[in-house]
Amino acid sequence: MTTRTIKVDYLARVEGEGALDLHIENGEVTAANLRIFEPPRFFEAFLRGRSYTELPDIVARICGICPIAYQLGAIQAVEDAFEVTVDPQVSALRRLIYCGEWIQSHALHVVMLHAPDFLGYPDAIQMAEQHREAVRRGLALKQAGNALMCLLGGREIHPVSLRAGGFHRVPTKRELEVLCDEMKQARDLAKELVIWVSSFPFPAFERDYEFVALRHDQDYPITAGRIVSSEGIDIAIGDYEHEFEERQVPHSTALQSSVKRRGAYLVGPMARYAINHDRLPQSVQELADSAGIGPICRNPFQSIVIRALEILHACDEAVRLIAAYEEPSRPFAPVEPRAAVGFGCTEAPRGICWHRYEFAEDGTIRNARIVPPTSQNQSSVEADLKAVAALLVDKADNAIRTRCEMTIRNYDPCISCAAHFLKLTVHRP
Amino acid sequence: MANFLRLAVWKFASCDGCQLTLLDCEDELLALAEAVDLAYFPEASSKMAQGPYDLSLVEGSITTAHDAQRIRDVRAQSKHVVTIGACATSGGIQALRNFADVGDFVAAVYARPDYIDTLETSTPISAHVTVDFELQGCPVDKRQLLEVIGAFLTNRKPVIPEYSVCFECKRRGNICVMVKGEPCLGPVTHAGCGAICPAYRRACYGCFGPMEAPNLPALSEEWRQMGAAKGQIRDVLRTFYGWSDPFRRESNAHDN
Repeated sequence: MTTRTIKVDYLARVEGEGALDLHIENGEVTAANLRIFEPPRFFEAFLRGRSYTELPDIVARICGICPIAYQLGAIQAVEDAFEVTVDPQVSALRRLIYCGEWIQSHALHVVMLHAPDFLGYPDAIQMAEQHREAVRRGLALKQAGNALMCLLGGREIHPVSLRAGGFHRVPTKRELEVLCDEMKQARDLAKELVIWVSSFPFPAFERDYEFVALRHDQDYPITAGRIVSSEGIDIAIGDYEHEFEERQVPHSTALQSSVKRRGAYLVGPMARYAINHDRLPQSVQELADSAGIGPICRNPFQSIVIRALEILHACDEAVRLIAAYEEPSRPFAPVEPRAAVGFGCTEAPRGICWHRYEFAEDGTIRNARIVPPTSQNQSSVEADLKAVAALLVDKADNAIRTRCEMTIRNYDPCISCAAHFLKLTVHRP
Repeated sequence: MANFLRLAVWKFASCDGCQLTLLDCEDELLALAEAVDLAYFPEASSKMAQGPYDLSLVEGSITTAHDAQRIRDVRAQSKHVVTIGACATSGGIQALRNFADVGDFVAAVYARPDYIDTLETSTPISAHVTVDFELQGCPVDKRQLLEVIGAFLTNRKPVIPEYSVCFECKRRGNICVMVKGEPCLGPVTHAGCGAICPAYRRACYGCFGPMEAPNLPALSEEWRQMGAAKGQIRDVLRTFYGWSDPFRRESNAHDN
């Protein structure tokens, strides 16, 4: 019996750090363990005893790449618990800043972190030698997303303006209109991006996922909706714990989520798209068609195309929201704390980010529970890796390693969200 | 790339935001990449070339025995070590464990605490190795980061002001939030953000950490007169820079 071990000491081009153990026995992949072992940072623990007013600033620090997902989920939970009704224009501004987060995060992932895989470069900097315009386009899109985050939030990383009830300060109509041309240009760049990434060589590979995403009455979901799955789940966000559970596994500091009695599920762009294709405008659906993506896509390597389509939709939405904006009469609604439990759930770039907080009468936090998208996708990443590696067992170690790393990057896993580390070891007895 | 200065970017316990600040330099990124050899920057590249490095940028705090060893290896391979951000310069938000029993924290989050391997403290990089320069901020400011990189690449001292956020606030033409009766950390907080919070109609919450020689007891007294409770003063100091010497000392003075 021969033993082969493949090691990747540090998985590159993901946000955070992790490892993978792949076990192959007699030509069969018997296990693929995604190991997340970045030191835990204990947010849920040190939120206890803090005031609801401090919550948005603290949870932002869970992740530098998608702070809005944490801030807004937490704020929704506060408003849910204290029965705060926000102004419709405030809701529109929240969707707008979240569009900014989608655009910058997706552009970073699509162009800087994922595209080099398909074109055979170690990074976007070296890719720029042959594909300078493509890299410039990606950076310009990222900048457009960041411009929205900066104007509405004060800065792109850990914005300061969101609070329970609304914003500390809302922009004037004039300030927003300044961004309108930039967003229109970004929309054109996003169309080019969709066409560019859809020309990449995609491995032939499909899996039968249970897709889970928010679904909203009218909109492609970002800030609101019910939790819906392709296997029939359709619940209010407060019922999440009835259908899903988290488990701790020995090989990871991040908890792993699953659908009760069924197992792994997928959140993120592919799931959002599969469940909400009919909520996309006709123009985006048509572009998806011409890019070779049907109403449901089961090839995880094509998630890069769906991310590009979502950038386009977010740019369209930004233009629409800016045009329709009227300054609200007050930046935030009053908030009166009381003893209660509240829930929040939004579509982070990587998938649903779920929050539950229990508040004391004076608004201090008694208990916090946050389920980030990367924890939810962990089991699904492992199932993908097992299936991808099974097709390549006869190939050289390098080929398996490259494809497995690419498979992990399909998820744009934000490992600092779950607080983590990736290493690839293949054990072949 | 033999003649290029070799730059490395390292991550310890953090949210990745300070590394991301480098990628957020959209207009300058390609120019920077042409001026230096980005030898090791795993968040952005799978190249990961071996040391030695001319300049190592370090993000994140030390929270495990393994990381305490890893930072010594980074130091040994680097001509200059510059720490970026609140975690690397003061232990960051995860240093809140330093005021508590970490065992309670583990038990609050994990069903199987025995799987978790962690130190009882979160400490800055300078508690473990010699650091050549510390750039504060949660997250660091883009312009300040480029200034520091440029300074080390051209062998000069970085020009980073040590004064408080108040200077930036006046320059920006903000109305003082303290004058309006709201307790603000601006008078003791290191400049760099451009006084964003007061410009967004709220008080500074200290995410750039202490300025040089801040007078914290005087500010606390001011806060107290505005009606701030002891616990409130303690908590605001113990958030993003709680383990820095000045904020820790003053927060301890307000701990019941």
